[in-house]
Amino acid sequence: MSTPSQTVGPYLGLGLPWDDGPSVVDEGTPGAVWIRGVVYDGAGKLVPDALIETWQADADGRFDHPDDPRGATSGFRGFGRCPTNDEGEYGIRTVVPGALPGEAPHINVSVFARGLLHRVVTRIYFPGNAEANAADPVLAAVPEDRRGTLIATESGDGYTFDVRLQGEGETVFFDV
Amino acid sequence: MTALSDSGLILPRYRRDPEGTHPPLDSPGYKSTGLRHPKQPLVLLPHKLTEITGPLLGPGRLGEFDNDLTRQHPEEPQGQRIIVHGRLLDGDGRPVPNSLVELWQANAGGRYKHVWDNWPCPVDPNFDGVGRAVTDSEGRYEFTTIKPGAYPWKNHDNAWRPAHIHFSVFGTAFTQRLVTQMYFPDDPLFSQDPIFNSVPDEKARQRMVSRFDLSRTVPEWALAFEFDIVLRGREATPFEDEEDE
Repeated sequence: MSTPSQTVGPYLGLGLPWDDGPSVVDEGTPGAVWIRGVVYDGAGKLVPDALIETWQADADGRFDHPDDPRGATSGFRGFGRCPTNDEGEYGIRTVVPGALPGEAPHINVSVFARGLLHRVVTRIYFPGNAEANAADPVLAAVPEDRRGTLIATESGDGYTFDVRLQGEGETVFFDV
Repeated sequence: MTALSDSGLILPRYRRDPEGTHPPLDSPGYKSTGLRHPKQPLVLLPHKLTEITGPLLGPGRLGEFDNDLTRQHPEEPQGQRIIVHGRLLDGDGRPVPNSLVELWQANAGGRYKHVWDNWPCPVDPNFDGVGRAVTDSEGRYEFTTIKPGAYPWKNHDNAWRPAHIHFSVFGTAFTQRLVTQMYFPDDPLFSQDPIFNSVPDEKARQRMVSRFDLSRTVPEWALAFEFDIVLRGREATPFEDEEDE
């Protein structure tokens, strides 16, 4: 029987951030991009005490994991972690993942914060993959007028992906 | 949708926890949930490659005294020295080996070493309240620390958090990621704590309470508490990854 989830509380910044947390890939990695965004609450206020975690395949759509039946690739961490700052901002340096069998390129995201008794999970998809996104079964299960909340926008050094926990433009969250 | 081709991969799926295991995101007793819980229904996420894999984080993440919070400074911290140990298990009782366990906590007086914590209780210069460990081949972890104190917060009139330690674990799949809090037996503050009581199922709530473990106390040195952390288990049979019609 599973142990219940509890909130990270306001002092998650003590225990969870790592110096290299935002670096899914090292600086100078070919194809490296920054995914940056702001986390907002239901009043449109920024959330300065959240933590974003990301999990994704590498640029070829592979995971360094024994449960991937296609065989594990080696050495790609795939994991990013960044607390929001006083302006509610986070940033993850990574590479855009490749497509997976039957799925468009995407990054899974967990959001933790004071006031969240359980993480909330969303996905980042990428613009410029119109055909693959249109065929993606997870996106297809999302009401059409809300799909846009899952698609990052291009920015100077990569992509922007904001998270709205509640209210106008609320990000789509998943039941995992 | 028939335009999609099946991936044809055989993947495990993870069981969903029974109703009442986890707190509802909208828990009005805990005021901070008010503006932070999603109001739109969650969309069911099937378990595909990104969900059945996850970060495998192990020994590379550890420093020398990461699992002994009483030895991270030249002097020892104030408070009751305790050993906190247990196993990281999946829902079928199988150990999760070589897996990162992170914790953070208040000091003996209930004060966190954090710039936002400013209630009138001194910071302990010899206690950071941050630890890491990696489970062994049988899923066991162990920390030496001090018992955290209770502390007041502003959720409701005269609100106090029961003493607790924050735990963060990964398991082996994205589906298993868990952050929880470990409590201590028979805490008189449970009855007024909306975070502890946010877990609807009474038996599930009790799974967050550690057990005093006389057998692991160290004479003239430390008390001991046992806390097993159980993650979601897998469905009995793997499924072929097919798109639902």
